Amino acid sequence: MDTRRVSRAVPRVRQVGFFTPNTPAQHPPPTRSQSGPPTSDSPPLSESPASNTLSPVMIPPARHLSDNLGGRTSALPVPGRGNAGDHATVGSYNPSESVLWLESPTRSRISDEEFSEGTDWYRRSNSAKFATSLPSGGFNFSPVKQPESVAALEAKNPLPEKSEAQKEQASNSKPLKAKTTKAERRALQESQRAAKAASKAEANKSSTPGGAASSKHMKQPPQKKDGPPAASSVAASERIGVDRPVEKERKKDLPPPRMQFDDASRVGKAKRRSVLNQPEARNRVELFRHLPPHKNGSQLPYLESKFFELHEMHPAVYKVGLKYLTGDLSGGNARCIAMLQAFREAIKDYSTPPEKTLNRDLTSKIGGFVSFLIECRPLSMSMGNAIRFLKSRITRLPLALSESEAKATLCSDIDRFINEKIVLADKVIVRHAATKIRDGDVLLTYGSSCVVEMIFLYAHELGKRFRVVVVDSRPMLEGQKLLRRLVAKGLSCTYTQLNAISYVMHEVTRVFLGASSIFSNGTVYSRVGTASVAMVAHAFHVPVLVCCEAYKFHERVQLDSICFNELGDPDAISMVPGRVDVNYLDKLIDKQKESHQLLNLKYDATPSDYISVIVTDYGMIPPTSVPVIVREYRKEYLLI
Amino acid sequence: MPDTQALVNDFLNKLKKRKIEGSQATAKQTAELLRSVISQTRVPYTNQAAALIQSVKAVGERLIAANPVELAVGNVVRRVLHIIREEDLSLTAAAMAGVNLSAVSDDEDDADGDNQPVLSAAAIAAASRSTLRPPSLQTLLEDVPDFAAVPHTSSSGGDSEGKSKSADKSSRSRKLKHDVIEAVNELIQDISTCHEQIAEQAVEHIHQNEVILTLGSSRTVLEFLCAAKEKKRSFRVFVAEGAPRYQGHLLAKELVMRGLPTTLITDSAVFAMISRVNMVIVGAHAVMANGGVIAPVGLNMVALAAQKHAVPFVVLAGIHKLCPLYPHHPEVLLNELRSPSELLDFGEFSDCLDFGSGIGAPLLHVVNPTFDYVPPKLVSLFITDTGGHNPSYMYRLIADYYSADDLVLQRRATSGN
Repeated sequence: MDTRRVSRAVPRVRQVGFFTPNTPAQHPPPTRSQSGPPTSDSPPLSESPASNTLSPVMIPPARHLSDNLGGRTSALPVPGRGNAGDHATVGSYNPSESVLWLESPTRSRISDEEFSEGTDWYRRSNSAKFATSLPSGGFNFSPVKQPESVAALEAKNPLPEKSEAQKEQASNSKPLKAKTTKAERRALQESQRAAKAASKAEANKSSTPGGAASSKHMKQPPQKKDGPPAASSVAASERIGVDRPVEKERKKDLPPPRMQFDDASRVGKAKRRSVLNQPEARNRVELFRHLPPHKNGSQLPYLESKFFELHEMHPAVYKVGLKYLTGDLSGGNARCIAMLQAFREAIKDYSTPPEKTLNRDLTSKIGGFVSFLIECRPLSMSMGNAIRFLKSRITRLPLALSESEAKATLCSDIDRFINEKIVLADKVIVRHAATKIRDGDVLLTYGSSCVVEMIFLYAHELGKRFRVVVVDSRPMLEGQKLLRRLVAKGLSCTYTQLNAISYVMHEVTRVFLGASSIFSNGTVYSRVGTASVAMVAHAFHVPVLVCCEAYKFHERVQLDSICFNELGDPDAISMVPGRVDVNYLDKLIDKQKESHQLLNLKYDATPSDYISVIVTDYGMIPPTSVPVIVREYRKEYLLI
Repeated sequence: MPDTQALVNDFLNKLKKRKIEGSQATAKQTAELLRSVISQTRVPYTNQAAALIQSVKAVGERLIAANPVELAVGNVVRRVLHIIREEDLSLTAAAMAGVNLSAVSDDEDDADGDNQPVLSAAAIAAASRSTLRPPSLQTLLEDVPDFAAVPHTSSSGGDSEGKSKSADKSSRSRKLKHDVIEAVNELIQDISTCHEQIAEQAVEHIHQNEVILTLGSSRTVLEFLCAAKEKKRSFRVFVAEGAPRYQGHLLAKELVMRGLPTTLITDSAVFAMISRVNMVIVGAHAVMANGGVIAPVGLNMVALAAQKHAVPFVVLAGIHKLCPLYPHHPEVLLNELRSPSELLDFGEFSDCLDFGSGIGAPLLHVVNPTFDYVPPKLVSLFITDTGGHNPSYMYRLIADYYSADDLVLQRRATSGN
């Protein structure tokens, strides 16, 4: 486990430099400087668990610190810049990118530069006997090593590579482990802690003026001016949340129990806090009393009138919340992006109140926004992940930064998250999945997933000849909009409803499904009905490809669709738009309505047995590999 | 004669235009029509049964051709043919018994017949035995002529009899017709009361506090659930709405009116909900001889989900839904595609549909099938008005109701055309 922990520290470099937002002049320095502190932070990170859990890797700290810092300060900024031109072809994403992604040349160029820097740094650190960087090099840099990375990524799973790297790592670390005893390690840790506390105190004094002086380059100046001590001080301040005992961290990893709405006392408490007035629990289905009742758009005027009472609320967040409430904004990615952008606006307009620190106050502020959004509509898993990312970024902000710098850092972090985790991830997924489409295929999709739509359009652009079966179901009827867009692009489509799935499945050769989230037991949490589609496809021996960005993976586990779900508007069930003849339920009298309930589930959980492959931005993986991705990936983005 | 002709044509039109909803109504009307056909048929003095069969078959072929998907029509036609054969058989058997009795009273010997051919007497004896008693080892071992030869021998028997007793003959011919009409009346009665008979078994299957799932609407299911409710069982029903016809709304309303706690869900939520369901109870459109079910669209999905969660999948089917045919590619051959307008608004998509673009192949197809085929392995139990049966037993049950001669009725009809 220690190998993982350390490996996470290193790929940050790649992750950060991978694709920056479109302003080349300003951004490379911050990203690099950002990547710096965590790297120097990595020894303590790797060590604190090591001392507690007897992990296989143990690195003598003195040598480590000096090697690492020396190697980094000398290697990273100077040769990285100098070699950028030479290494132009090394960036593995390049060729494919310029051909396939149709990006602007400047953009791809930047990424290329970053990449070469990454590789360069990686080599350096490697040569500097930075043993811990090895596994990450094996795993995370796998695309970098191979120029034809697209083919490589598609051809093989990243996992075997990783296991190789692990073996390598294990063999490397064995002698190291033999050297240190437990007592030694403890002593080391103690001394380190003491040193860090001291340096932190020092840094707090020394770095504040440096930080205030530089407004343009956000984190680099203090680091450069002060040299190693300042860097370590930054690391130390960042480390605050990290060097807890491992068990505690584990516990923190565990997702908190969700609010159960059948718990009367807690619901009462929540009601008192809430902005919206909760609809009375009218005739709710017994099985689903633990879920929050649906709030429909009828609350909109009430909420609008209440806007000026909510002075804490930022208008952008407010707007997004209202859009959630009315259902104007739907779809996992769209909701997540809208939320992040609203948060970015809010952060831009934020100013720290006197006698408060930015880290804490902004976190609580974001928490307030989030609880408002939850009131409008329960969060999706992906949004939860994004919020976790943002909060961890805020708490990890160096204290040394001035407010404007911190805000700029956070904004660029948010932009980067949107870009890397959603926009670029989608493009990678599209290219992976398109290789699975052959001429003459009949592809089935359910509902309306934006990734699946992109896949179809991309394959169509590539000139592949295939047919699409769009399966739809009430009450959302999202498939009709998808159908509209696909037909407009000239794809040949067949439209049917979910009930006829057994009828159309005979001719189908592939099933492409989107997902709202994927749990770590391989369960796919998606639009209700997806499970039925996957089940029928499984029964007919048709492969099922689930396309999902890795940021939507979640470490929760779930076996059925009832323990956790979201309730939709029950009245949408009783009315069938466009069918005046279906109005049987209009004439019920009130007394009868008591024994009559309407249930509008929004999601369901597809068991992993029905899924052939999950297409994600890390390649195509079997559902059993989801926990691996969650583990590797979550740390990575929390630490970026 | 013209009277029935008009009736037949009227019914044919209704079938062709799919005016008749539900297999029970169709079966009932078919039986009534055939009854009037039988009563109008002028029976010759000889070979009455053959004449009746002939006329029923002629009408039946046309009815089946009018709506080959509505299997209840064919089932009823076959049932009526079977009834005619049986009645004829029992009549001749009774006649033979009378002859035999006289022969026996004459001399205590076996029925070698003083004035009758030996073959025909033996055949009639065998036939009478096979209808009145279960086949014994003796009859199986004897070299008995085929069952199918019975109408012929009986008519020959009637022939020979006709020579001797002309007075009895007219009464017998009237009696055959009368008996057949009686039996058809019984059949109609059976069809219209099949709900009650099935519903009587409800308490044996539904227990306290159970959760039942059903899809779409079926009168049989409604009666079944209500019967259990009347027996003071309290349970909860989930009704999937059954797009695109949304008959589930109707069923939910009916159930609510009778005071059953009912929850209406979308079809897509079936998989999500089925893990909390104790039993799936559905109606069927037709039950094939292999135990497969032709059911409203969507049920195959439900059956698969039920199998995944090991939930019993119970099909309620009146006896008129049992079809003696074996399905071949039933998803296509025994299916019917309805109008796309049930799924899409024409106004919205009319430019993309088949007639819109005008250039090359149309971009958009809409598939809206009516039925699903549920293979026998997904069905846990059939409940018919004669009790519960396994899918693997259906072929035997069907053999009781239909005569083997009539199974090819439809094929003959198609080859004749």
